[in-house]
Amino acid sequence: MRKKAAVCFHTMSKNTVSDRFRKVDVDEYDENKFVDEEDGGENQMGPDEAEVDALIRQYPFHPLSCWGPNGNLMEALQAVLKNPPINTKNQNVKDRAEGLVLKVLSSFKSSDIEKAVQSLDKSGVDLLMKYIYKGFERPSENSSAVLLQWHEKALTAGGVGSIVRVLTARKTKSSSNLRKHQFTLESIDVVRLIFK
Amino acid sequence: MSLYNFGLEPLSCHAWNKDRTQIAISPNSNVVHIYQKSEKGWNKIHELTEHSGRITGIDWAPVSNRIVTCASDRNAYVWTLKEDAWKPTLVLVRINRAATCVKWSPQENKFALGSGAKLISVCYFEKENDWWLSKHIKKTICSTVLSLDWHPNNVLLAAGSADLHCRVFSAYIKDIEERPGPTPWGAKMPFGEMLLEHKDCGGWVHGISFSPSGDRLAWVSHNSSIGVADAPAGKEVTQLTVEHLPLLSVLFVSETEIVAAGHDCCPYQYSYKGPGNLQFVKKLDVPKQSSRSGTSAMQHFRNLDKKATTEEDQNELDTLHQNSITQLCIVEGPKSKVNKFSSVGLDGAMVVWDFKVGVKNNENTIFLVFSRHKKEILTASTATVSVIKQ
Repeated sequence: MRKKAAVCFHTMSKNTVSDRFRKVDVDEYDENKFVDEEDGGENQMGPDEAEVDALIRQYPFHPLSCWGPNGNLMEALQAVLKNPPINTKNQNVKDRAEGLVLKVLSSFKSSDIEKAVQSLDKSGVDLLMKYIYKGFERPSENSSAVLLQWHEKALTAGGVGSIVRVLTARKTKSSSNLRKHQFTLESIDVVRLIFK
Repeated sequence: MSLYNFGLEPLSCHAWNKDRTQIAISPNSNVVHIYQKSEKGWNKIHELTEHSGRITGIDWAPVSNRIVTCASDRNAYVWTLKEDAWKPTLVLVRINRAATCVKWSPQENKFALGSGAKLISVCYFEKENDWWLSKHIKKTICSTVLSLDWHPNNVLLAAGSADLHCRVFSAYIKDIEERPGPTPWGAKMPFGEMLLEHKDCGGWVHGISFSPSGDRLAWVSHNSSIGVADAPAGKEVTQLTVEHLPLLSVLFVSETEIVAAGHDCCPYQYSYKGPGNLQFVKKLDVPKQSSRSGTSAMQHFRNLDKKATTEEDQNELDTLHQNSITQLCIVEGPKSKVNKFSSVGLDGAMVVWDFKVGVKNNENTIFLVFSRHKKEILTASTATVSVIKQ
């Protein structure tokens, strides 16, 4: 009797009709749907991996090089922030770029991070902030700790404006949901609460 | 600089009458309140209650003394003062979405209305039938129109919208005005002609403003940036990223100086001196000097008693406005040399700011700040801080 009752409960909890309609995205079928213009990004290949690797590799072997003990890491940072694969639809290129940036950021000593951030211009700081948040999305061992240190310094340099630009950037994945306007308005309050 | 608090509700929009003795505001509802200035503050003298939706825009024409209001109920009304009461006239705007902003043209013979219907409605009065008609500008607008500003020639209209573009259109209506002369923005200006389209301003364009001569156009967008387009310089656009939270409203206070304010609750001054030369000048809010320097034992124990903490009052922002500023408006001075401008915000406060070009922030100015929490009046100058109890 008990077994029968158990089975009965199981069938009662299931829908008797199909619920596939719940998975339909009605916004896709809206005639007046706002279609964003997307420029082609076929030629964007991301930072040059070979160049960046070479620059990182030089670091431990030339502590007294003419650029100073950390000279080549600064160059590596500049190199890795070149040619960001913003418009490309190729996810591999984006992943590779992210990985490379994380590699460079992790190679820095904590005490050198501030100087490195100060060597970047305004758009460099904005780009760095974007990569930092991208890095937060997929944490690996110890990556978040490194990224948090960089985040602190980048925030001092770029202000909350740089974070707002991460949220409103059209080509980054995080913003594709933000085209639905209310999300970013709430995020203003979040940014204010956390960073002020 | 003076602050007046109109209550707890956010102020969505405001407009001044010609001599700045009256102000029309809407406290985030479907009603417009008109206040009259008195020695002790502001007294409510009129209530305009025709709209059924939340009021999104108010503009008061100084010369003809007419008020236009628009709301989310898809309507706009033009109000005229008859025997000490404001009488509404419905305007046929023919939009099927909420109206978002409204502005009288410089000569007050027409007004422009932005809406969520992806169009701008330019409305003018037709004498024969005694009603307000509208013509629509729809070209290439893909999303809600968020902000509007008129060029001084009464024909060109700038619009910022949520499709991340800012545009300049011609709103020339041949029934009511003469053909305009050529301007640096263009020579041919039939109705609806688009003379500038700047794609990708980075974010929704919340605020837009023509310079006093009309040759430059400034806008602020949601990605915390400010941009200026320079017509005589080939319509070249200069953009500056801002370190603060996004700005919501922008105003030219002279041909080169720009004031902008927004979610950071305080106005900032920028200077545009030519293509590529847009710079931050200074923060216009004088920081509230806290009583940290002169905390008496009495103060210490009062804090302990009231808030169980010996720390400073952490609940208030150190800016005059305690929440985002939604709109800036010129109060005194011609457009080319503004002396005073006003701001209203989500905190229900209206502040009138003094503006002087070239005055450093740390002059010994004395200002009164009414602290709502502590019910004390703090007077401060940059040199000393003293607390006067009420």
